[in-house]
Amino acid sequence: MIWMLPAILKNLFSRPVTRRYPFKDIREPFSGYRGKISFDNKKCDLCGDCERVCPAKAIEVDEKNKQIRYDPFKCIYCATCVQTCLQRAISQDPHYAVPAATKQSETISIPS
Amino acid sequence: MARTVVPFGPQHPVLPEPVHLKLELDDEKVVGVTPIIGYVHRGIEKAAELNSFRQNVFLCERICGICSFIHALTYCQGIEALMGVEIPPRARFLRVFWSELSRTHSHLLWLGLFADAMGFESLFMQCWRIREIALDILEMTAGHRVITSTASIGGVRRDIDNEMSKEVEKKLLKVKEMMDNTIAPVFLHDPTLKRRTAGKGILTKGQAELLGAVGPTARGSGVAIDIRQTGYAAYKEVGFEPIVETTGDSYARTVVRIRETYQCLELMHKALAMMPEGEILVKVDGYPEGETVSRSEQPRGELIYYLRGNGTWNLERLKIRTPTFANIPTLLVMLPGCELADVPVITLSIDPCISCTER
Repeated sequence: MIWMLPAILKNLFSRPVTRRYPFKDIREPFSGYRGKISFDNKKCDLCGDCERVCPAKAIEVDEKNKQIRYDPFKCIYCATCVQTCLQRAISQDPHYAVPAATKQSETISIPS
Repeated sequence: MARTVVPFGPQHPVLPEPVHLKLELDDEKVVGVTPIIGYVHRGIEKAAELNSFRQNVFLCERICGICSFIHALTYCQGIEALMGVEIPPRARFLRVFWSELSRTHSHLLWLGLFADAMGFESLFMQCWRIREIALDILEMTAGHRVITSTASIGGVRRDIDNEMSKEVEKKLLKVKEMMDNTIAPVFLHDPTLKRRTAGKGILTKGQAELLGAVGPTARGSGVAIDIRQTGYAAYKEVGFEPIVETTGDSYARTVVRIRETYQCLELMHKALAMMPEGEILVKVDGYPEGETVSRSEQPRGELIYYLRGNGTWNLERLKIRTPTFANIPTLLVMLPGCELADVPVITLSIDPCISCTER
């Protein structure tokens, strides 16, 4: 125990290490963090590559109605779709995906 | 006197995961034990047969939250062996780096939980505080704190550039300094901690070999077995010697893990320094065919994957043997003869990872 005394005394007089999350902002995530996924409907050509590679089956490409349905609650944020997309229509920003009261999937319409 | 049967778990404050031990007690002494598992079965092996073999990398990663990278690595190694792919040298060194980083954070997590099992709360907090830095490095290099998703068939998906590598080195030094100043001396010299662990749950070398113990459990009993000796990924180039203690009690297993954490930090330094320039991922075409066994060293011991492919998108069979499954039988010789109050310490000393075991 005596070996830890300096650390304990230091801790006694320093700020808490933990962050009071909902009341205060958390630290900025690192630049390479795999966060929210967004689709650029101007670049997308509905090829369906993202749907095929998605391990969680969170993306559905509806070629007939020109729509993409993306379920952020199924998504595991592995960024495989971001790497696969040839048109670079899928992007990921380093912020955490926010929680929601209802599990709703997003629908992205592609203009023809 | 009649024997009393006391259920220990599946829900118990010291157990991070549900395992049920049916303890037969004679007064306060344990005379018999029956471990029962099956509370967190998720059917991952079956799910792996339904997914495509490329998507399975992410599924295998979710078998264990702590050593997620090593699961993905073992799976990728198996698929690469089936398809005859040689991965680039830089990717091999990066695989060593992330494996060792996972091991560091797993060992620090376990050291904290172990201190908690003994009721040493402040030590638990210190261990987890240091682990936070390891998790920050994971987030910085891989993009997520726990599920790294960096291993891929044919290499790795992320690179560590020079700037980031300098930052990582700085953080690794901080981890080492914090360990030197706080937790390591307590684990190595504290008399209270020694009294709770030394001589408790003895597993002799013969018993360890007979029961097929793996990882730090076996190495604490003097069995120098470590799959990293086979030199998979870049362990051959980095150079590796297993850490062995001979007393075979809970204390020896703790010392093995403390020393291994230091070794991990050293291996990470070496991997970053020796990393050659070049590609990190090769393109892999075709489908896996044939069968193979892929092995690697998890923080808890040897991990075995058996893969059988039939030349289609899906694997025909994926069988996973995790280290805790091999270590649970050792409880049958460690626990009888001990006091009921020592059961949490001895059970935790094998570092049980139950959701790994049941997949």
